[in-house]
Amino acid sequence: MIKVNGKDYPWEEGLSIKQLLVNKGFTFPLLVVVLNGKAIADNEYVGTVVNDGDDVKIIHLMSGG
Amino acid sequence: MNRLEMKTAHKLVGTFNYQLGQLEKGYANRTLYINLSTNGFAEKPVTELMKQKFIGGRGFGLKLLWDGIQDHTQWNDPENELIISPGPIGGITQYPGAGKSYVVALSPLTQSAMDSNAGGHFGPFLKFSGWDALEIQGKAERDVIVFIDGTKGTVTIEEAPLEAVNSHILVEQLTDMYAESEADKVTISVVAAGEAAEHTLIGLLNFSFYDSRRKAVRVKQAGRGGMGTVFRDKHIKALVIKSPKVRGDLNNPADMSALKKAGQKIHEEIRTLDDSQCRMRKVGTAHLTQIMNDYDLLPVRNYKFGSDPEATNITDDVFLSKYLHLNGHDECWYGCSLACAKVVKSFQLKTGPYKGKEVLVDGPEYETTSAAGSVLGIFDPEFVIETNFYCDTYGVDALSFGTATAFVMECYENGVINDRITGGLKLNFGNAEAALELLHQMAKGEGFGKIAGLGIRRMKKLFVEQYDANLDFLQDIGMEVKGLEFSEYVTKESLAQQGGYGLANKGAQHDEAWLIFMDMVNHEIPTFEDKAEALFYYPMFRTWFSLNGLCKLPWNDIVPADNHLTAEPAKVPEHVQNYVEIYNGVTGSNIDEKGLISQSEVVYNFQRVFNVRMGFGTREYDQVPYRAVGPVTVEEYESRQDRYDAQMKDILNLDPEGKTTAEKVQILRNYREEQYRKLCDAVYLRRGWDANGIPTIKTLERLGIDFPEVVAVVKKKMTQG
Repeated sequence: MIKVNGKDYPWEEGLSIKQLLVNKGFTFPLLVVVLNGKAIADNEYVGTVVNDGDDVKIIHLMSGG
Repeated sequence: MNRLEMKTAHKLVGTFNYQLGQLEKGYANRTLYINLSTNGFAEKPVTELMKQKFIGGRGFGLKLLWDGIQDHTQWNDPENELIISPGPIGGITQYPGAGKSYVVALSPLTQSAMDSNAGGHFGPFLKFSGWDALEIQGKAERDVIVFIDGTKGTVTIEEAPLEAVNSHILVEQLTDMYAESEADKVTISVVAAGEAAEHTLIGLLNFSFYDSRRKAVRVKQAGRGGMGTVFRDKHIKALVIKSPKVRGDLNNPADMSALKKAGQKIHEEIRTLDDSQCRMRKVGTAHLTQIMNDYDLLPVRNYKFGSDPEATNITDDVFLSKYLHLNGHDECWYGCSLACAKVVKSFQLKTGPYKGKEVLVDGPEYETTSAAGSVLGIFDPEFVIETNFYCDTYGVDALSFGTATAFVMECYENGVINDRITGGLKLNFGNAEAALELLHQMAKGEGFGKIAGLGIRRMKKLFVEQYDANLDFLQDIGMEVKGLEFSEYVTKESLAQQGGYGLANKGAQHDEAWLIFMDMVNHEIPTFEDKAEALFYYPMFRTWFSLNGLCKLPWNDIVPADNHLTAEPAKVPEHVQNYVEIYNGVTGSNIDEKGLISQSEVVYNFQRVFNVRMGFGTREYDQVPYRAVGPVTVEEYESRQDRYDAQMKDILNLDPEGKTTAEKVQILRNYREEQYRKLCDAVYLRRGWDANGIPTIKTLERLGIDFPEVVAVVKKKMTQG
């Protein structure tokens, strides 16, 4: 199990940030991803692996209007 | 009819000559007053106090309106005013999004002070012609054009009987008429409404600019709150301005280098990052349609639902591949590299008085794809474009049209109204033909269109009084606050955004706050105090754009590459700092971010007291329809049953098993309505208001707006209770 934005979320072996975004249906482009307190640049989403027990914050910025 | 015949038919009824001058640090230091009842003019000085407290734009509009009307003034009294002001930063060309005009008047929908804004060139041209604001009072006997010639220093009021009323024709006629040559067309801007603005209360204003690359007059809309209705009620056919040629230094800023520095930085960001962020340069705000659908936030069938599989028919990809005409220059003011003002260059209309004609359509934007699409259960891109066109040219706010028509459709499907009442229009969800006919009826002032054009609040009253409708049901499904129809977001899962709509000064518009992601997805603001803080900061910050002639989009529809490393990325700190530097650079001031928020807080609280003055501005007027809060019907609940059942278990510690859906709807409702009440309590406290939502005397003193007439309004209301 991992935490995503403070809520429990099932973990799977080899889960990348990129895959996590797909699994969560997070299609919004203006995101800030923080893994265990460390900001992850968007060009590192594919190569960054999420481990069991990790804390992930996927902050959606605002847009529109 | 040729232009000469039209021009010859003009009858001059008023003339005013004024001294041309230079702007000084973003200000002309005077405003222009015109009375259409007397054909009189006046030049009003802008005092230092006015600049310090009200800044410009919406702030100037509110102050001038406050001074110009009485407590009992109605929207259609001659005494009501229509004020246009750009603000001190308005018209700079170094930083994107600096061409906004802000319009203020008493609204026919809310009967209180309304602010609405548009791109286009009129606001900056007004300033370059020597005026910080245009204040129009009175009512002309016959249709008039007000012409401001900022190259000669003259203002005329001309009766104009022959020109068209509908905007797409009128703006071309007047641009041709008042420009001295083809090359001169870029110096002309027109404000116009349309036929439906005469017959409905949801009229909008179009602000034009000449697109020299496409050789076409384009329009941007001040849509919200019936400003076009006020305009036509005053028998204004159009405002026309002829500006001196635009240059980057016309604002005469205190420190041009500060503007250039901030501008260069953000232009580079936009150039390198927009394609991988919001793609504003390619599709504008329409990029949001797919996203809102993905997150269950796209209004579908009168906000019952937040998504629909058919929504993929009206997303940006569809418009981009089939309809949009891009040429890389879609700015609605000079220097806006974000360039979101998209164009359908040649669209053949299928209905209405211009059926068969090929027209240019400005848009569609995100809001239009919902208001002229999903909220009606219609997922046809050509219906979106056609409705977009007719709303603009008829002078109808597409958002109010869509949200009000969605309300009508739900009423029709529930038997509240029937074919006899609608004159045979079968206003089911999904009926594009009937929706367009309703719009055409609004333009003609005929049939059921005339009733729908009254807006939701008045329709509710009428349906109850004349058709014995159930008021509670209409209150639940009628998506309006303070009389203004909702803009296009589903808020059921974001308490903070329910407050973003309900607590907004003007009514249900999201320009004060858009907190759905922060609240619903990020879970960043879990407590009432957190939400109240967000409902303090963001409305105050966003109000600031309206004081300065700025567009909000370059603040957070593009973000710096290292924004994710900042402490508060949602605020886009680098861009906030840019605004501080631009403001100081133009005006020569020395404010910081805190000072910027303080500027807004003054005007925001003044507007709240304005609402109190007009008989509103208290807790009861901050209430939202339950459709914005949770599922009204069994159908809605069951469409997201897993979500709601889980909430019942996790939050309320109640087992949904064995309960009917109707019982669960009620349980959830009791909980969510209580949450909204607590939210209001927390927000009032944070804003320095009393328990009824009125700014306290202490707050007015702290903000330096304890003017006797303002304090008197508050004291009177507090005494009345």
